[in-house]
Amino acid sequence: MSTLDSLTLTLTRIPAQDEALRAEVRAFLAEATRDMPAHIRARSWSGYSTAFSRQLAAKGWIGITLPQEYGGGGGRSAFARYVLVEEFLNFGAPVGSHWIADRQSAPLILKFGTEAQKQFYIPRVCRGEAFFCIGMSEPNAGSDLASVKTRAVANDQGFVLNGQKIWTTNAHHCQYMIALVRTSGTTEDRHKGLSQVIVDLSLPGVTVRPIEDLSGDSHFCEVFFDNVQLGADALIGAEGQGWAQVTAELAFERSGPERLYSSIVLFDQWLDYVRTPQGRTESARQLAGKVLTQLAPLRAMSVSVQENLTQGASPIVEAALVKELGTTLEQMIPAAIAEDLFARDAEDVPVELLLTLKYVTEASPSFSLRGGTRDILRGMIARGLGLR
Amino acid sequence: MTTNHNDMFADAARDVLADQCTPHVVRAIEAGGRTAGATAALWAQLEATGLADALLSEADGGAGLGLGQVFGVLEQCGAHALPLPLGETMVARALLAQAGVARPAGCIALARGERLADGGLRCALVRSGQVAAAVLVQAGTAWRLLGTGDAQATPQALALDAALAWTAAQVQAAPAVAVDGALDVRTLQAAVVAPPMAGALSSVFQRSLQYANERQQFGRPIGKFQAIQHQLAVMSEHVFAARMAAQLGCSGAGVVPERLRVATAKARCSEAALVVAELAHAIHGAIGFTEEYDLQLFTRRLHAWRQTAGSEAYWYGVAGEALLQHPGMTLDTVRRITDVDAVL
Repeated sequence: MSTLDSLTLTLTRIPAQDEALRAEVRAFLAEATRDMPAHIRARSWSGYSTAFSRQLAAKGWIGITLPQEYGGGGGRSAFARYVLVEEFLNFGAPVGSHWIADRQSAPLILKFGTEAQKQFYIPRVCRGEAFFCIGMSEPNAGSDLASVKTRAVANDQGFVLNGQKIWTTNAHHCQYMIALVRTSGTTEDRHKGLSQVIVDLSLPGVTVRPIEDLSGDSHFCEVFFDNVQLGADALIGAEGQGWAQVTAELAFERSGPERLYSSIVLFDQWLDYVRTPQGRTESARQLAGKVLTQLAPLRAMSVSVQENLTQGASPIVEAALVKELGTTLEQMIPAAIAEDLFARDAEDVPVELLLTLKYVTEASPSFSLRGGTRDILRGMIARGLGLR
Repeated sequence: MTTNHNDMFADAARDVLADQCTPHVVRAIEAGGRTAGATAALWAQLEATGLADALLSEADGGAGLGLGQVFGVLEQCGAHALPLPLGETMVARALLAQAGVARPAGCIALARGERLADGGLRCALVRSGQVAAAVLVQAGTAWRLLGTGDAQATPQALALDAALAWTAAQVQAAPAVAVDGALDVRTLQAAVVAPPMAGALSSVFQRSLQYANERQQFGRPIGKFQAIQHQLAVMSEHVFAARMAAQLGCSGAGVVPERLRVATAKARCSEAALVVAELAHAIHGAIGFTEEYDLQLFTRRLHAWRQTAGSEAYWYGVAGEALLQHPGMTLDTVRRITDVDAVL
């Protein structure tokens, strides 16, 4: 019987040489985000700004962990990236354009790609010129990725792609998609026969249609493939290994700072109000402490998972624990702040704070959907505990 | 729970507690208090390990350890529902040694007290007051070491606790203990209560997991039902987060804990205690509710520890105040809590 004994989360400190980045990043972000209203900053990794991404690229802050020969930051540690991302999210910097390329696509290409793929894509990512989206979900195949139907059939030029992806973040702003597709077998074969292919979204036969969400934003897209001809060099990694490649990728996605700070711009904005004489109440002080005492251990857990990843471990269950707790806290914050603000008689709550609250409240259901739903994660934890 | 195999102190604590702090012994101590034979016997076994002196400097006969190095020991206390204040004794002895005050035999409780108009001293609530040989009391800025044997004792709500009062003459005779003015007894106690909570949480979780794998209903183990799996997943999340928080509260190379980290530790462990105890009893069904089944030794202790040295509401207030006093990003305060240097 498996238990928690096999899991390790020990107190870890971000190394000093990586912490040293923080001051410079912070100085830059303080200036760059100074005139951005909080309700815009609250979007952060859902926000989109090509110009901002280029500025970060010029600083060398995209692809900081990637090798210099491909235009990266010389293979600095994952903790250097952790510091960067933590600051980006806490300032609410609009990092959505390059987010996925930096976090997942370029590292994936570095790990599984051919030399030609590395030389072509990674420098473009690091310059802030190539943005990626991830084509995993399909209609009727949300968390059940093994049931993907989109199919790439080999022909003399490479592959012909047919099918549809949905809930693809930022596809309408991206040049490329890394899609999980079926290259052999049927959906009955589950994880067998899945592969990852890079799709140039400007190719004939690709249609990208944004989906407006309930807050009026369009982060998600539907993407249709109608006889899209891909070259043989579109395949990334090994044919039929798509599932294993995707699983490894998800551990990085699930434990990072983005699973802790989706509501942090709102929380900081609310704290600023609570610090004023009219904003300060005992119940607000209590709520502030409740959030802090949940957030701090979570951050310690997240840093610890990062350490495990850095050591080459695959802490899938630990990452799921962090994401589950993290998104729960992220969703508690807007609910609790609304409870606090609208229990008051005060008519003087700043409109900007209320706008930010509105956005985060409306966005919050997505926190426990993206990157694996709450129930899927609990199932993963249960598997890690030996229950299934 | 995660076992640090490099932690020989925790291993020593585990060995002696597994042998000596059995459910039978825990029940006997709860029933009999200081006068129970089991109380003296268990304490003698613990004393023999030397752990109670671990925080003393080597010159004073200790091991010169800091709080961060005894986390594993304190965690084991909770994992075995130890009904004696070992952690409290460890920090009390270190403070006594630093102040040059002779250390009494037996275990020492920590408590807040108030001086009475007639010169006497009263502690309204001494946790472990029924089993401790002495109490290190903070009354205002003054600290005193008082024996429990001749104190006027009144039972309290929980079996191990007591209200204790001393006459003016007894107080006069008791040694004053010079303690750093910045330290308060509640912070000190919360720092050493959170790790046993983490240990007890882990034990409750492991017991629930094992039960879910063994207990059959509708032809299969209940752990095969998704609803139970999700309850256990939620428990594990709280167990992990609380353990991390307790490590933060109990970090550092010295004996004096950092108050904001302690706030984090105690608030998070108390939150987890409520959730984990509730889920454990839900999973165990009626058997877990009985006296004879050992689960209750841990869940009752978790509730008692939640009520010790400040509940989550108290420590939320402390943590919230720290946030409000620091203008700027929450991240700065979070980092102040989490950026801990390893001492092991």
